[in-house]
Amino acid sequence: MDFILKGMAQGLIWALLALGVFISYRILDFADLSCEGTITLGASLASMLLTKGANPVLAILLSFAAGCVAGALTGFLHTKLKIPPILSGILTMTALFSVNLHIMGSANLQLNSVKTLYTSLTAALSINKTYLSLIIGTLVCLAVMGALYWFFGTELGASIRATGINERMCRAQGIDTDMTKIIGLALSNGLIALSGAFICQYQGYSNINLGVGSIVIGLASIIIGEAIFSKAKNFFLTLTGIVVGAVIYRVVIAVVLYFDMPTEDVKIMTAFVVVAALFITKYANKLGKRHHILGATGQAPANEARSDAAVREKGGNTDE
Amino acid sequence: MSENNTPMLSIKGITKAFYPGTVNEKIALNGLCLDLNVGDFVTVIGGNGAGKSTMLNAVAGVFPIDGGDILIDGVNVTRLPEHKRAAYIGRVFQDPMMGTCANMQIEENLAIAARRGKMRTLKWSITGGEREKFREMLAMLDLGLEDRMTAKVGLLSGGQRQALTLLMATLMSPKLLLLDEHTAALDPKTAAKVLEITDKLISEHKLTALMVTHNMKDAIAHGNRLIMMHDGRVILDVSGEEKKQLTVESLIAKFSENSGEDFVNDRALLNK
Ligand SMILES: Nc1ncnc2c1ncn2[C@@H]1O[C@H](COP(=O)(O)OP(=O)(O)OP(=O)(O)O)[C@@H](O)[C@H]1O
Ligand SMILES: [Mg+2]
Repeated sequence: MDFILKGMAQGLIWALLALGVFISYRILDFADLSCEGTITLGASLASMLLTKGANPVLAILLSFAAGCVAGALTGFLHTKLKIPPILSGILTMTALFSVNLHIMGSANLQLNSVKTLYTSLTAALSINKTYLSLIIGTLVCLAVMGALYWFFGTELGASIRATGINERMCRAQGIDTDMTKIIGLALSNGLIALSGAFICQYQGYSNINLGVGSIVIGLASIIIGEAIFSKAKNFFLTLTGIVVGAVIYRVVIAVVLYFDMPTEDVKIMTAFVVVAALFITKYANKLGKRHHILGATGQAPANEARSDAAVREKGGNTDE
Repeated sequence: MSENNTPMLSIKGITKAFYPGTVNEKIALNGLCLDLNVGDFVTVIGGNGAGKSTMLNAVAGVFPIDGGDILIDGVNVTRLPEHKRAAYIGRVFQDPMMGTCANMQIEENLAIAARRGKMRTLKWSITGGEREKFREMLAMLDLGLEDRMTAKVGLLSGGQRQALTLLMATLMSPKLLLLDEHTAALDPKTAAKVLEITDKLISEHKLTALMVTHNMKDAIAHGNRLIMMHDGRVILDVSGEEKKQLTVESLIAKFSENSGEDFVNDRALLNK
């Protein structure tokens, strides 16, 4: 059963990535691909700092900050230079590839012989690494979820949420939507880099390709979480769903790997799962609406609910 | 009229061309001039493409203009970005989906509007005191929204959403209220109700307002002044007693007289 616990421990640190992707993809409605570069940025920076003897907590905090800067860059490219969202993300991701190589000095950085958060705490508390990772992962996730719950409840947080829903209304209400997007993307990528900083310490190395496919992993976690917590009205529950989704995703991967699925096939399987999940939620939504068999299965995307309301209203208005 | 002679809005010869320098060039505003006194409630009519929406968007700062100046209460706002001008301006759009956040609660939308022109800080986004105030304001709309403050706005009807948007636009008593055919997407009964709320809010807050409408009867019945636009300019400006004497027929006649063309507005003609 150890491999399941390990999967859960990994899921909890990858959940930070999923929470970051949730901010860009769901809250800001911005398909941000910089994610693949920022998770590696977090891992490379933390590893480099650790090999230089830095305090693990400091390394983690600096990685978060670096991720924020990278996210703000994507936001800047999009809002100030008017580059489309996908391309802005790709540009940051591409630039970060070089940055990450420079930070690490090579494509790989081993942390075998350096002090990490996990090695120093397993020694200090004389506790098994898997249990320790579960505890750290749970605490960090709870702290991040609490912080996000608070932040998105503030005036600034509410204006970021509103920006993702109706930008024109936001500007009419005096919200600087360029600024809210930049802040939202900075926060999103900060969390993604934070995830990278934990991942490298957990697995004991950092690699330039660590981020490949991470956007899909983030999306898979969000979709699984939303499918399970489809009725969540409370924002904290939505966030919990995403963390649970990330854990389930990692456990499933751990199981298939346990049954000797070749590692190189994991990514194609993930892509397949996301496609299937997206298709099923769409289809289930339609079925649910027509026949009320499945109820509100899956996540009814905000704009779908909106256009439904629009259709209902339009039905009565034939004066135009 | 007010003795204070700084106009609340002063549009000084503004021009705006779309697709300049191409075969599709369209001069939407052509040296447009218009002054609004404090407390003016001006209805705006004109044919399709006359530049009514473009004028409102230019004032709101949706896009930069090519020439001229726009002053709000003596402040030159020509170069201020849209979100900064919002401190002075309340707006309601034609599309009921446009003015609110569908996926947020009624009270959350109002709380966002209550911070128009202010810094958005890390304070909680809505206070208990505000909730009480919002409840009273919603009750005045008489649409039953005061009991649904935590409902998502996406669940409201078009008329309810326009009424809410009006409330949001006037909540902070803007110096200028811009209404662009805000009843055009509603059925006649709902449109009348929303217009009634419009009148009420404008007189209650003593607002200066520009209301574009394609319904000539509404344009005559509401406000203290009426302007007609054609080819990016004001071609008729009537107020006071003279405005009260207007009829739809006399307006159409005045249009042909002043523009040398027949009045063309598909929706206005349907509504005659
Ligand atoms: N964003 C834009 N891009 C290009 N052309 C535009 C744009 N907005 C307006 N126009 C053009 O400018 C002219 C004025 O348009 P505007 O929307 O201001 O007219 P309007 O008076 O509001 O008409 P309507 O009664 O049809 O709403 C039209 O010829 C229109 O095609
Ligand atoms: Mg128009």
